[in-house]
Amino acid sequence: MARIIVVTSGKGGVGKTTTSAAIAMGLAKKGHKTAVIDFDVGLRNLDLIMGCERRVVYDFVNVINGEATLNQALIRDKNCNLLYILPASQTRDKDALSKEGVGRVLDELKKDFKYIVCDSPAGIEKGAHLAMYFADDAFVVTNPEVSSVRDSDRMLGILASKSYRAEQNQEPIKEYLLLTRYSPERVKLGEMLSVEDVQDILSLHLLGVIPESKSVLNASNSGTPVILDEKSDAGQAYGDIVARYLGENRPHRFIDDKKGFFRKFFGSK
Amino acid sequence: MSTDSQKTPKTPMALEFKSSTFSVPVLVVASDDLAVIEQQLQEKTSLAPEFFKNSAVVLDLQEINKRDYDIDIVALTDTIRKAGLLPVGIRGGNAQQNKQALELLIPVYSMHSGSVSVENKKQKTIVVPVIETKADEDVGIETDATATTLITQPIRSGQRIYAAGDLVILSQVSAGAEIMAEGNIHVYNTLRGRALAGVRGNSEARIFCFDLQAELISIAGNYKISEDLDESVRNKPVQIYLQDQALIIKDIVLPH
Repeated sequence: MARIIVVTSGKGGVGKTTTSAAIAMGLAKKGHKTAVIDFDVGLRNLDLIMGCERRVVYDFVNVINGEATLNQALIRDKNCNLLYILPASQTRDKDALSKEGVGRVLDELKKDFKYIVCDSPAGIEKGAHLAMYFADDAFVVTNPEVSSVRDSDRMLGILASKSYRAEQNQEPIKEYLLLTRYSPERVKLGEMLSVEDVQDILSLHLLGVIPESKSVLNASNSGTPVILDEKSDAGQAYGDIVARYLGENRPHRFIDDKKGFFRKFFGSK
Repeated sequence: MSTDSQKTPKTPMALEFKSSTFSVPVLVVASDDLAVIEQQLQEKTSLAPEFFKNSAVVLDLQEINKRDYDIDIVALTDTIRKAGLLPVGIRGGNAQQNKQALELLIPVYSMHSGSVSVENKKQKTIVVPVIETKADEDVGIETDATATTLITQPIRSGQRIYAAGDLVILSQVSAGAEIMAEGNIHVYNTLRGRALAGVRGNSEARIFCFDLQAELISIAGNYKISEDLDESVRNKPVQIYLQDQALIIKDIVLPH
């Protein structure tokens, strides 16, 4: 049975697209046929992060409007042949999305794919609402600072009340917390909320912590999902997250300030 | 519910009853002199003409009947309409007044059972929610006044819960959430949002919570904002009740 995962946050710039790209790649690398959809119509980014921007012919809106078939619009990833990308339209706005249209595309994808990752736009308006509406699981991406936490909380309320599952009185969407851009050193200095602080406010199952890392920016710039950079801390953290999501039991990392030899190698910045 | 419409796609639903909560000002009428009422209404509405223009209002006749004044509902309604307000209901009326109201197609609402604290409010407009219809089940809206609403899910920022009776919440209430009950509110977790008990004027209502970090607490319209909460009552189990129009916040000492 296919599962639809929404990567959402409410707030912008917290790492939704980075996360969508990384976990979609991670799931595909684990042998699951995965599609990742960019719901940010008008502000298309996922294709850049996935490094397929030169191969976009048709997009999500074309498929919804029946101007192209799903197979024409899906782009196969260059690194993994089980991963497909459905890019957003850059020339349209969110009004081009409709509940019926999105539902139809997702239903078609469900026949063929094991996981469908929906990269939500920021905000709580139409695009974000449609990205989460049909979801089975939600990855709530949060930065360790108060405004991001509050926006995530708001988004969790919407997940609990305005999704298809909520409207049909089905089992609610499973919610997972992903804490991104985490810096144990800054937590120590009191500049950042700690994992405990965030957990206390959101009381949500923590799927993983992604450390603040240069490798994320490098990965974005080069158009390769950061999870493929297995040497990087962020890449490993996403690897852990995918493994945990698939049921593996892995201890949390990157939460504590690593002293000792790490410091010696990388300096204390 | 909407599941039915899926089973029978041939007859699409043309309408749907939904339960929803509105804030409607209540106009407590304490005089039978229409001229005085008209004059005072004029004074009030001139303070905020935009706010009052075509504003819905529920007439509260309890004070009038307590004083055995006799008032003609038709004339009173006319006076209020003349002031630009739209009466959408009455409460606290006697049988004759209720009948008159219904003839004017104005719905009759019941006062909340038990002691009601309009006595000290005099001629003052307070805002209380009025429940519109009682058909469909909606998130967290319980319309049976005797029932207790139990909620086990977290109440997230932006969510609103309204209970006609008591409200018991086992999970946290986030900042930016709003919980309201005509009766008592119990939160067996952290209360960070707004909690309003006795929203229909029940001054006996209380709020209980395990960890007080609320943005606002209110009982029967008497409220305190977070800034007014003393440090000594924060982050601990407390109960909140009303005494002589003042909110009292008292520690709950838990047995070990």
